[in-house]
Amino acid sequence: MLSRPTSSKSTLVPLLALALLGLGVLALGTGAVRMGPLEVLQALGGPRDETHARILYELRLPRILVGAVCGALFAASGAILQGVVRNPLASPDLVGVAAGAGLAAVFTLILLPRAPAWALPVGAFGGALLAFGLVYTLARKAGEVLPIRLALIGVAVEASMDGLRRLILVRADDSIAQALIFLSGTVYGADWERLWRVLPFAAGLIPLVLLLHRRLDVLSFGDETAKSLGMRLEPARLVALALGTALAAVAVMGVGILGFVGLIAPHAARLLVGPGFRLLLPTAMLLGALLVVGADTLGRGLVPPLEIPAGLLTTLLGAPYFLYLMRKVGRVR
Amino acid sequence: MSLQTRQLSLGYDERRVIEALNLTLPAGQITALIGPNGCGKSTLLRALARLLKPKEGAVLLDGKAIHTLSTKAVARELALLPQMPQAPEGLTVEALVWFGRYPYQSLLGGRSEHDRKAVDWALDQTGMRVFASRPLETLSGGQRQRAWIAVALAQETPILLLDEPTTYLDLSHQLEVLQLLQRLNREEGKTVVMVLHDLNQAARYAHHLVAVNGGRVVAEGAPAAVLNERILREVFGLKAHFLRDPETGTPHCIPYALARKEPLELMEEKP
Repeated sequence: MLSRPTSSKSTLVPLLALALLGLGVLALGTGAVRMGPLEVLQALGGPRDETHARILYELRLPRILVGAVCGALFAASGAILQGVVRNPLASPDLVGVAAGAGLAAVFTLILLPRAPAWALPVGAFGGALLAFGLVYTLARKAGEVLPIRLALIGVAVEASMDGLRRLILVRADDSIAQALIFLSGTVYGADWERLWRVLPFAAGLIPLVLLLHRRLDVLSFGDETAKSLGMRLEPARLVALALGTALAAVAVMGVGILGFVGLIAPHAARLLVGPGFRLLLPTAMLLGALLVVGADTLGRGLVPPLEIPAGLLTTLLGAPYFLYLMRKVGRVR
Repeated sequence: MSLQTRQLSLGYDERRVIEALNLTLPAGQITALIGPNGCGKSTLLRALARLLKPKEGAVLLDGKAIHTLSTKAVARELALLPQMPQAPEGLTVEALVWFGRYPYQSLLGGRSEHDRKAVDWALDQTGMRVFASRPLETLSGGQRQRAWIAVALAQETPILLLDEPTTYLDLSHQLEVLQLLQRLNREEGKTVVMVLHDLNQAARYAHHLVAVNGGRVVAEGAPAAVLNERILREVFGLKAHFLRDPETGTPHCIPYALARKEPLELMEEKP
């Protein structure tokens, strides 16, 4: 009686993984040089046609992998933050990830104009963490961080950092604005180097987060319930928030600020498998990966050889979903 | 497993709510904390559950100061049902009750056979097995309250603390919850401490009443010893007739007027 819904839910994870694999093959064949799925598999199998194999291995494969990994990271981050803040409308931006990364990127470009290319994403990573530190410190009162306080302070910090970034950009020259395209959320030009930049963090953080699934569950209860179930609330909350921030900050390092992935993917996953983090996290991560790879593929395939940035498409998709969410949540409560 | 307070003072920020309280909650009995709104009874319950750190003094669990014990150790000895417990949307009753086993689970450990038995037992005791796969928000108020009691039972604690467990329930569901607690006390030997608003229900279902007013315990003891005209007038500012419950012999009060110039108005109202 009890096992049926659970088992159908857990079969969703392998199904989504298969879908991601299929989408990956499709994405490999999409772009200025089109290839059918069979051609893709043949080209991958052996270097029969030199140019095709090179397009796949050097351009498209790293790009797809970066998109998938970062989409998954954003989704995991969103799932955690929605749980900790107990609000389905929460996302990584809530703790200042986007604004902190943006501001830090601008500073990096202005203060270190001769820095190597990796300085920009690394600076953005640091900025995201610093912004979270600021939000958390400001939200802490009498040794406690109430979720509602955190959310409001997050919005305020986000807004002021964003304002500061724009103020600087008004005065800055064009080359800086150009460099900031990286931050607008795009998988364009993602290479193996970028994948190696992100992958070690992802490989460390994701298992850790999966390991903590039960704690994340208890955190999404009310404070009093969580405490009376034997959880040391504040340390647990800090760890969860820091992990959520780190996940998103790593993703920013890979693809810049990809809007709405961290909001939509975990929320859709919640609708599909319920609130338990054991299934929620893998489902959300797969959906996040599908979303980013899908958006990127669409962006490349719609009007080749022009490319629409993936961030633009996820935002175009995400904003209406967000509005729908607002209406739905408003009706329930 | 005994629960008592020693010179316990509680408060939020600068405001003192409970002052130098010495109280022993009888083991194996049902205790009801009664008193007007804002008298400090819920604060006291929160401190008993280790949710609130004392300003001075201590809550003693088996003689040990509760705030020096680990959160998990406390969660194995006493379970709290807050006034308005929250759970994430979409959680099923069974998934919820499993969280009662959280204090016993390690980071890497799975679910043991005993965990499974405790969850089953909790579902059976509360009659929630038929609703096990239902999401919590699809249940009625009374069913939801029983689901939360099942969580507390799955914790397998000798002590149950409940903050107004009958609020927002209709009369028959109120009795259902109270009878469930009575049965758990009688058959499983649970020590029950709860905040109750209905004095007659408190008199009928509790062995021990603690009347709190203005941060002090005004009277405590058996219902017949605590509930009388003087306490009703001084603590609640009410004039009342008293009858005897024909079945249990406990006092039954029928308030008929406000006793105007009494402590209700004199109580200090600090924001």
